[in-house]
Amino acid sequence: MTKSLLARHSALSDTQRQLQILSQAIPFGNEPHAFTTKLRESSLFPLTPTQIEIFQVNVGKMCNQVCKHCHVDAGPDRKEIMTRQTMQQCIDAANRSGAHTVDITGGAPEMNPDFRWFVEELSASGKKILVRCNLTIIVSNPKYHDLPEFFKAHNVEVVSSLPYFSAARTDSQRGEGVFERSIRALKMLNAVGYGMPGTGLTLNLVYNPSGAFLPADQAGLEHEFKQKLRKGWEIEFNNLFAITNLPVSRFLDYLIESGNYEGYMDKLIGAYNPAAAANVMCRNTVSVSWDGYLYDCDFNQMLDLKVDAPGSQHVSEWNTETLSQRSIVVNQHCFGCTAGAGSSCGGSVA
Amino acid sequence: MKTYYNPEDLKKFGNIADFEPNLAKKFFDYYGDVFKEGALTAREKSLIALAVAHAVQCPYCIDAYTSDALEKGCDEAQMMEAVHVTAAIRGGASLVHGVQMMNKYKELSM
Repeated sequence: MTKSLLARHSALSDTQRQLQILSQAIPFGNEPHAFTTKLRESSLFPLTPTQIEIFQVNVGKMCNQVCKHCHVDAGPDRKEIMTRQTMQQCIDAANRSGAHTVDITGGAPEMNPDFRWFVEELSASGKKILVRCNLTIIVSNPKYHDLPEFFKAHNVEVVSSLPYFSAARTDSQRGEGVFERSIRALKMLNAVGYGMPGTGLTLNLVYNPSGAFLPADQAGLEHEFKQKLRKGWEIEFNNLFAITNLPVSRFLDYLIESGNYEGYMDKLIGAYNPAAAANVMCRNTVSVSWDGYLYDCDFNQMLDLKVDAPGSQHVSEWNTETLSQRSIVVNQHCFGCTAGAGSSCGGSVA
Repeated sequence: MKTYYNPEDLKKFGNIADFEPNLAKKFFDYYGDVFKEGALTAREKSLIALAVAHAVQCPYCIDAYTSDALEKGCDEAQMMEAVHVTAAIRGGASLVHGVQMMNKYKELSM
């Protein structure tokens, strides 16, 4: 298994280095290609938030997988995880924020020893809970085998990555044997009712390209995934979200190492869609890091670009009013969310 | 090193309008319409374009439509099958002329 960029002492584990590279992303001669310029042209600058609907919490970078494209640089060698105290602060802040959904992500969030406590507390507070489960965690150790039942007990919406309906393409991105283990986990989720008609238990899948190209049309992919997974493995799911890979962390490293960086940025910039820009997820989302800091989205979090809200940059000092008046922090990586049909944690936006 | 083909030139395709804008506009408008979803899906058209790119052996088109086919959701098996369609038609086009050779052979032979 490969290691995280941090464990490899890669220069890219420094967020300043990543931002420096991204700031040079102006591939086409004299044409202005700064993201802020594009937003201005679309009358969207400065980008401002709407109502906070999604309260996203990254409970840690620890993961049982080391996916090649991971923007979190997660892996077994990452030990940064959220404490129960910070989780309590998140619950308090989520209640004050007015958000209807708490979106729990990682790493593999289930590896945080306080994960189940966090879900139980949120469940009691009446929030809709969404867990970004990498699937393989369910079959990785007997102590996780009951996760489908646990999710069901708290009516958690499960969102899981499956980049393709073939082992070759899935494993090339997520690691040897991941496809086979993901299929086993999906069957376990289906067995308790997830993704099955009439149960009300939602299982959504996430597709992201296994390389330096944009995702295909989301509706077409969903149709194809449903057919293939049903025919090949009798697996059912609800919706498929097509997500664009953003040039951050390990995907940025892949782009540079494979010689695809300029071409990919070029593609993102060329595919800029003002309709997608108007609907980017950072407008109705706030993202909390394992140590409690606040960000406009999970990608800004990984680039250490905190919310531009002095006095409300940490979950312990949550101030809904201050946050509602902030401008969203943007940079060149934002072209990933505005290309083509757009991209968000919930898939296409345009 | 000077070469006849430069991958960077693909980005400059639109520049053909610099020398003759009217015809270029007509061509690019037509090109855009051709690849729209129609009686054939955009994905089917992308695979046809990939096969034709191999028939005309245009490196720009091969790069462009490999990328495009991936973005239309095609996988490597589908793309290679498209290239085999090219090979079958090109090979068949040569071989079917074998009938002409046979006809001429018979005409010239006792």
